[in-house]
Amino acid sequence: MSAPAVPMQAHPPTSTGLDHRKVAIWAFIGSECMLFVSLISTYLIYKGRSVTGPFPHEWWCSSTKAMGFCAGESATHVVNSMRPILNIPVTSASTFVLLMSSLTMVLALAAVENRGKPGYAGRLLGNAGFWILATAILGATFLGFQAYEFTSFVHEGLTIRKNLFGSSFFTLTGFHGAHVSAGVLWLMTLYFIDKKRGLGPKDSLLVDICALYWHFVDVVWIAIFTLVYLIK
Amino acid sequence: MATAAVSPAYPVVKEHPTTGLWSWLTTVDHKRIGVLYLFTSLAMFAIGGLEAVIMRAQLMGPNGKVVSAEVFNMLFTMHGTTMIFLVVMPMSAAFFNFLIPLQIGARDVAFPRLNAFSYWVYLFGALFINASWLFGSAPNGGWFGYTPLTTMTYSPGLNIDFWMLGLQILGVSSLAAAFNFITTIINMRAPGMSLMRMPIFTWMAFVVQFLLVLAFPVITIALVFLQFDRFFGTTFYLPSAGADPLLWQHLFWIFGHPEVYILILPAFGLVSEILPTFSRKPLFGYPVMVYSGILIAFLGFGVWAHHMFAVGMGPIADSIFSVATMLIAIPTGVKIFNWIFTMWGGNLRFTTAMKFGITLVALFTIGGISGVMHASPPADLQQTDTYFIVAHFHYVLVAGSLMGLWGGIYYYFPKITGRMLSEKIGTWHFWITFVGVNLTFMPMHWSGLYGMPRRVYTYPADQGWDVFNAMSTWGAYLQALAGFIFAYNIFKSMRSGAIAGRDPWGAPSLEWSIPSPPPDYNFAVIPQVTSRYPLWDVKSPALTADVPHSKRGDERIDVDVASKHAGHVHAHTNPGSPQGASNPGATQTSFETVKTARELGIPMPNPTIRPLFVALFMTLMFASLLLIHEGKTMLSVALIITFAAGMTSMLYSWLLTPLEDHH
Repeated sequence: MSAPAVPMQAHPPTSTGLDHRKVAIWAFIGSECMLFVSLISTYLIYKGRSVTGPFPHEWWCSSTKAMGFCAGESATHVVNSMRPILNIPVTSASTFVLLMSSLTMVLALAAVENRGKPGYAGRLLGNAGFWILATAILGATFLGFQAYEFTSFVHEGLTIRKNLFGSSFFTLTGFHGAHVSAGVLWLMTLYFIDKKRGLGPKDSLLVDICALYWHFVDVVWIAIFTLVYLIK
Repeated sequence: MATAAVSPAYPVVKEHPTTGLWSWLTTVDHKRIGVLYLFTSLAMFAIGGLEAVIMRAQLMGPNGKVVSAEVFNMLFTMHGTTMIFLVVMPMSAAFFNFLIPLQIGARDVAFPRLNAFSYWVYLFGALFINASWLFGSAPNGGWFGYTPLTTMTYSPGLNIDFWMLGLQILGVSSLAAAFNFITTIINMRAPGMSLMRMPIFTWMAFVVQFLLVLAFPVITIALVFLQFDRFFGTTFYLPSAGADPLLWQHLFWIFGHPEVYILILPAFGLVSEILPTFSRKPLFGYPVMVYSGILIAFLGFGVWAHHMFAVGMGPIADSIFSVATMLIAIPTGVKIFNWIFTMWGGNLRFTTAMKFGITLVALFTIGGISGVMHASPPADLQQTDTYFIVAHFHYVLVAGSLMGLWGGIYYYFPKITGRMLSEKIGTWHFWITFVGVNLTFMPMHWSGLYGMPRRVYTYPADQGWDVFNAMSTWGAYLQALAGFIFAYNIFKSMRSGAIAGRDPWGAPSLEWSIPSPPPDYNFAVIPQVTSRYPLWDVKSPALTADVPHSKRGDERIDVDVASKHAGHVHAHTNPGSPQGASNPGATQTSFETVKTARELGIPMPNPTIRPLFVALFMTLMFASLLLIHEGKTMLSVALIITFAAGMTSMLYSWLLTPLEDHH
């Protein structure tokens, strides 16, 4: 199609030069910030207000199903059977996995933007499908960690109904997990589009907005990991 | 690629039907969606108004017997919820939809199908929440649904479930629309339409979208907590589990106070369009009007706890929120003075739209001043939960928002339908509304100060409240009468109103440069904007001589179409006479013939039913949760999964279908 004068174009260029979808995803992320701010604030406000255990950073006695100490048992047994309910080592591993997914997401976007260029063509670096799938798998792995964490908490007696900690913890991390799940679904959609017709530079926006969302979900997890897990 | 005869550079485009039910169900045209919003919200206004009239009948005298206490609780809850979420917000959305693309010189909004989705979610949400009446369990916990009253312990029925799920559904509608309008305003302004050349209504709409985007997630989370408490047994609002009894109040009002500005700023925007046109003067202090709108919105996020002085937050919090609240009176006062100065020395024309506009300025000020009164905690402790508060927020929302919206309807009806609303019937509508509103709400100041509490379904005879309540009730009846007159005016004028022409009022902004009703593509040629008041530059340059951010009107931009000279942009803006192309009720006898998108070769988005089905499945998904409280958990889960699958597949089908035919 020949390029007519600006005023008659069916779709004049945008005022900012940005695609509509890019502006919209930023507005959406702004809104999501308030969503997570509300969830995280509630968690922090309710920290230490639970009337019954389990509590986040105290010791949980598995033998007597009691909190803080195991009454009437030997000191050795107490030490062996007590561990914090929030498992920082395991969660550090899942956090690492999620952070790595942001890296693969960046590589996926670069692969799409540079498809066919020297240095990318025919190399792993230029394989958009691989990096998109890798991001989705890392995201799914994070969800696997979360499923493990949730089940182990339930086995140890912490359910969403148990106390304020359970309610606010499961709701906050559950909402984040739901966002990761939506992201994995989005990535798999992109992966199948790539399998079907190959994503190239003209599609980079499709990957770009997904990447913005993915990085946002990642950043939220860093906040949650710091405020919920690390700070006692 | 096919070519059309008219313009070789363009493909053949399909003609989309514009009549019939199917065309309305599948429309993605922002103007038709605006019309759907407008008429749905007017229908909801009739329902909310009926609820108010029943309450006033009950309270007309002491020991009223019209309704029971239980029904009264449902009435005031549904009246508030309806008027806020189903009337004022969507009626504002009707104007956003119709006007924003026209005012910024665009062909549609950024995401036409998302726009249709927003409307259908609103409609289904409204139907869902009102369906509670059919089950005899309409929401009864007040429009702000304070916990723990709304938790399972104290509200075991379906009433609160309808309310809470309904608000969640409506929130989706508002958020989707807000993302759409933010993108539209940021990205789709015509060449030359800088931010400070945007019409003031679009500016206020822009501010409101940010309020929606930032405030709605907070109530979403507050409602999620309540939902989890009620359905899954969490403890967010359970004081015996250590929960903070004020958590809901804080979260609700962090949303709820910005919501107040979501309700009033669109009306402010409409009035800021009406007053300059009928004063024949540019808006006084346009930049300050913009800045004060932004400042009101910004401060609006820092004053929520003034709704909570009575809960005992302590002197420090009370003082801070009190001062912050009083601060908002400054930018609001600036707006009031700017409107007065816009009219000052102007060539005033008292059309019905203008009368409603002036009424907003005058009566909103009364509500604003009583607002400053209870910004002071000691005064508020006397006034809280009395009819004084009811008087205050009805002066702000009825004498403020609604007057602005009615004025907006009289002002823009010619653009929307191509016909004028009858000024004669409009005069009756205006004066009966004016008397009715003041007769209803002014006496409430006294009944409140004499100690009459809000939300009581009846009262004894010896309190000295009788005369004020009788006045309020007669006022409500007058408002109902005014409503019927308005409906008659709309009904009659749609069929036989005078033909409006492009610019019946002699207005300054772009929407008046195109035919009425506008063709589906809005602008045959995307205008090049050189000024804040492009039409006045051409028609009456003297009016805009001193307006900054404007080039003088004689700087025309030549337009080339397919390498052929097609005239000047200003020729396209169709100057007409300074008083408008046609005066109300005067010259024109037939609609102008307008070329279709097909004739002009402008590709238009394809109509689609998919957004409607996504909205429907989403609503059904939320509604299925109700079955949990009927003891049918498995059925509920099965239905939720079914509807979620339906919604997702319909969503994929939507996203994988291109907006318009490839060209």
